[in-house]
Amino acid sequence: MLRYVLKRLVSLVISLAVASLVIFVAIEVVPGDPAAYMLGMNAQADTLAALREQLGLNGSIPERYLSWVAGMLQGDFGTSYTYRTPVAEMIGERLWISLPLALYALTLSTLIAFPAGVWAASRRGSAVDMGVMGVTQLGVAIPNFWFAMLMVLIFAINLRWFSAGGFAGWEQGFFAGMKSLTLPAVALALPQASILTRVMRSSLLDTLSEDFIRTARAKGLTRRQVLWRHALRNAMIPVLTIIGMQFSFLMAGAIIIENVFFLPGLGRLVFQSISARDLIVVESVVMLLVFAVILVNFAVDVAYAAVDPRLRGRR
Amino acid sequence: MRAGGLMRAALTNRSLVIGLALSLVFVGAALISFAWVPQDVTVLDIANKMKTPSAAHPLGTDHFGRDILSMIMVGARTSIAVAVVAVVIGMGLGVPLGLAAAARRGSLLDEVIMRGNDLVFAFPSLLIAIMITAVFGPSALNAIIAIGIFNIPVFARLTRGAALSLWTRDYVLAARVAGKGAVRISLEHILPNVTNLLIVQGTIQFSLGILAEAALSYVGLGAQPPIPSWGRMLADSQTMISFAPHMAIFPGMAILLTVLGLNLMGDGLRDLFDPRIRRDRR
Repeated sequence: MLRYVLKRLVSLVISLAVASLVIFVAIEVVPGDPAAYMLGMNAQADTLAALREQLGLNGSIPERYLSWVAGMLQGDFGTSYTYRTPVAEMIGERLWISLPLALYALTLSTLIAFPAGVWAASRRGSAVDMGVMGVTQLGVAIPNFWFAMLMVLIFAINLRWFSAGGFAGWEQGFFAGMKSLTLPAVALALPQASILTRVMRSSLLDTLSEDFIRTARAKGLTRRQVLWRHALRNAMIPVLTIIGMQFSFLMAGAIIIENVFFLPGLGRLVFQSISARDLIVVESVVMLLVFAVILVNFAVDVAYAAVDPRLRGRR
Repeated sequence: MRAGGLMRAALTNRSLVIGLALSLVFVGAALISFAWVPQDVTVLDIANKMKTPSAAHPLGTDHFGRDILSMIMVGARTSIAVAVVAVVIGMGLGVPLGLAAAARRGSLLDEVIMRGNDLVFAFPSLLIAIMITAVFGPSALNAIIAIGIFNIPVFARLTRGAALSLWTRDYVLAARVAGKGAVRISLEHILPNVTNLLIVQGTIQFSLGILAEAALSYVGLGAQPPIPSWGRMLADSQTMISFAPHMAIFPGMAILLTVLGLNLMGDGLRDLFDPRIRRDRR
């Protein structure tokens, strides 16, 4: 097990190094002179030189890459050109919205998918099963930002149960904050819940057709006992993987959904930075999101191997 | 005989028939829009702005008085073109990579290809689009590249996985004994046997591409004005949703129905190609 973790750890570090290199090259090397790009066509020579100095663009490319990575390892993401504040601080602030939003959506999606998948699988072929599958078919086809807009129309504009956008702020209390995040979280969760329900259902059906389930039934356990004691636990492995993978989709999806609800999270920050040509901020946010994705996948792999010893030998 | 049987199976497969019909409606709308649209989408008619559906405008008009039905028809071109080209990029690069990785299983090449795939998987297409846009500015082309790059590992993995099991078959062994090289075996024996899988996955990536294009255009990273696109129609409608909800409802329905049609078609094709394993769609 330890060997497996170490091996995965090495590949985690390599992935992160390569990913950071890709991001660095795409954002700092490809545009030529980032300072000239950020200031636009009519930049004065001395402003340009000052910005280059401030961004540390005077070194060679490998030097710049190494100092960028070294900075990040110490929590220093550089300084935003447009906001003139440390990027780490800005990201930290925004994370307090984006991260709870993604976790809220992940929780909702799991809470919906679990019973729905079990329900459909336990009544395979019935009207319930067909109904659940039909709804999930719609759930994966609906663009979530459009679903979000429809929810604003119904629950904010017509029923006035929620505000149409903006964030109340955590200082207004936990409940007020969560309330601002509820519609966005539901919108984010819907497609993921649909996918997860399908995975849950088919994984459970696969497990239910295995020999040990027949043995358990032959032993005299009821269908319900077999389902809860034997089938569910074994059906969880693919479900866990998908939940891990969904985290990255939720982080990326949050970028879009934050725009529907004007939430001041990472997504808004990225788009504001793109229009302000603030490359340093874009670079840092992309790196952070990719880091989160790679880290979560690593955690899932390790958790997986801990649960199922057969997997340690593979790959 | 086989073709006739396949045809009959196709016509009795409900998902396939409904999915195909829905998809054809939108592909048809896109094609017809080249020759004819109810109203020219480049002409603004402010006097008739934000009109609700009527005989003259079956789906109403937008904030510039443009006919929403015509906008959806022209927008279908953008969505379909972006998604199709992205699938072609994904298949064009992913399939050869997958074939090569399988042919040289366990080699350094295989390792490099698979780790490269893992890396691309860590960048959701939205992040790729954000990086490209930050540097080159937004455009439909950049949306295509972003979605296309994301499709490469999808096809590479699928092809590799399927090809690996084919390489253990007797007829491949026979071909090797006959002295055929890895490239010839991949092209003559492996590729034809993974085609069905690729078609099914292609349909799914096509539908995901439509969703991704809509999302990118919605946040302004995709097709730029004056090219009509479903995502931007939704973005435009957002601030007017309380008094002109039809502007938001119809383009969204277009996306939903197209994606639904393609997904149903993918399910149907999967059943058709592999009736033994009627696997539930994940």
